[in-house]
Amino acid sequence: MAVTTEPGNIDLREPKGWRRTKNRTATALMVLSLVLVIIPLGFVLFTVIAKGASAISWSFLTGSIPPNVAPADEGGIGPAVVGTIEITALATVMAVPLGVLGAVYLNEYGGRNWLSALIGFMSDVMTGVPSIIMGLFIFSIWVLHFGYSGLAGALALGCLMLPIVIRSTYEMLRLVPNSLREGSYALGATKSRVTMTVVLPAAIGGIVSGALLAVARAAGETAPLLFTILTVTTVNRNVFSGPNTSLPSLIFVNASSPYVGAQARGWGAALTLIAIAFILMVVARLITARFARYAQ
Amino acid sequence: MPAGALTKKRPLGDRSFQVIALAAGLLVLVILVLIAVSTGQQASLWFTSQGWKIFSTTWNPANNQFGALAFIYGTAITAAIAIVMAVPVSVGIALLLTEVVPRRWARPVVTVIDLLAVVPSVVWGLWGILVFAPWLQRIYTSIGNGVDGIPVLGSLFGPPVSGASFFTAGIILAFMITPIVTSLSREVIATTPTIDKEGAYALGATRLEMIRGSVWPHSKGGVTGAVLLGLGRAMGETIAAALVIGSSATITSHLFAPGYNMPSVIANQFGEASGVFRSALMGLGVLLFAFTIIINIVARGIVERSARRQRGA
Repeated sequence: MAVTTEPGNIDLREPKGWRRTKNRTATALMVLSLVLVIIPLGFVLFTVIAKGASAISWSFLTGSIPPNVAPADEGGIGPAVVGTIEITALATVMAVPLGVLGAVYLNEYGGRNWLSALIGFMSDVMTGVPSIIMGLFIFSIWVLHFGYSGLAGALALGCLMLPIVIRSTYEMLRLVPNSLREGSYALGATKSRVTMTVVLPAAIGGIVSGALLAVARAAGETAPLLFTILTVTTVNRNVFSGPNTSLPSLIFVNASSPYVGAQARGWGAALTLIAIAFILMVVARLITARFARYAQ
Repeated sequence: MPAGALTKKRPLGDRSFQVIALAAGLLVLVILVLIAVSTGQQASLWFTSQGWKIFSTTWNPANNQFGALAFIYGTAITAAIAIVMAVPVSVGIALLLTEVVPRRWARPVVTVIDLLAVVPSVVWGLWGILVFAPWLQRIYTSIGNGVDGIPVLGSLFGPPVSGASFFTAGIILAFMITPIVTSLSREVIATTPTIDKEGAYALGATRLEMIRGSVWPHSKGGVTGAVLLGLGRAMGETIAAALVIGSSATITSHLFAPGYNMPSVIANQFGEASGVFRSALMGLGVLLFAFTIIINIVARGIVERSARRQRGA
């Protein structure tokens, strides 16, 4: 950078030569890394939509699963859709209230004591436990004693969701201003009442959108379900007993099948699954945006 | 109000709510301990019946040989490939988002990264095995023929080649861990104090020089943690790898050859296993759990320490 003889007249242009080249190369590499991510993502989404859209129809979403050899226009994925909805809903009913309560303990009761620090830390560590381990775990403590069922699958998915819900709820509770709590205490409310009627309602938008993201993650998981629900080809309306199936399990089985019809059903199921996850993500974002507007 | 009213014993409902919340929090610790105990118990038959042979190279269920080394090797190789590819890209995107593009352009980029995280593992696997692997096979074949016979390159990239291989699994895993490494790195990089950055610019630094002088010293700890978390994910990611890794329990330097890793052998073989076989697969799960827990504890420790240092500074 050259300073001219006139004071107050500084050359603020980008330095020339080697330094500029290096700087521009670095910026170009950063843009390139984004391109390197967009290309495969676009490729995957394009393939799933191109191959899945032709398969999807009402009868495909509700029809029963035919044998793998059946041609593409026969049957559907109905039992997998039902199974995914049943199992994910049950997992949500178990994991979300427990996760919210856990976060309430961390933020409202534990504060900065060692137990709350330990639980918070281990909860973050638990988000890194491979999902297949949850499957093996539920197989050992549940399936060996009570057999395969949608409930077993929901327990495994619930273990996966719990730390995610704790983390997202905890972040939201931390944003609730202390003056709200103090105002309620001043009116003589007990801590549980303050939490239930003031703190949680104030954070509800963020809690719900965090929970939806956890649901989206769980709905796409295959590994925890492999050894807990097995796979079946008929609808099992009883989530509490008997083997069940799900969209990810169906895709996993069909992906390694040599039959074109089975692969086509796999693509259709993949599009359905991505659509579900995408809708959950969009709803979560809308809620977050709305919540952010209220908070201002 | 008399002073006694404030020290009065809290009502039963209030205290029980606290106990319930505490129980929900403790559930995390209980589950983690139960995972270790229950899977360890199921795996004990493998450890007792095989002894040190659990770390042998032979995996032959028909012959009652259950050595895990090939899977540990495969896990290390695929995770390493994923890290080598994902980390530069993730850090590049994180820097692009925080230091280069204006804020209103950052939102669509974040959406793209989020979309990447929304694609389920099994969909990556489906696309990987039906579309990506056949396409890669042609590239592998031409590279393989090109380097065949050259000392080091030949033994890394030479034939035999297969579309479903260590390398394909590594690439797919790289796609899958990019979102988490990007978002964690971005969080760390975004905490660099503006005054440090402006100081560098005031001294006449270019953007790259500013990043090297101000951003990097500030965020290298946190980025290391993010990379380790990505490594943990890459080691444990199951379904996508199970579909594209080629399912062959071999230890080879050939990256384009079919292989196996720990999670995918569990996913593919557990259904048909019983007795020592099942116990061995459980044991692989226990090893995987131990590896990922250790990596995650170290990584979270690094991230928390660097976050605390930043708050203190």
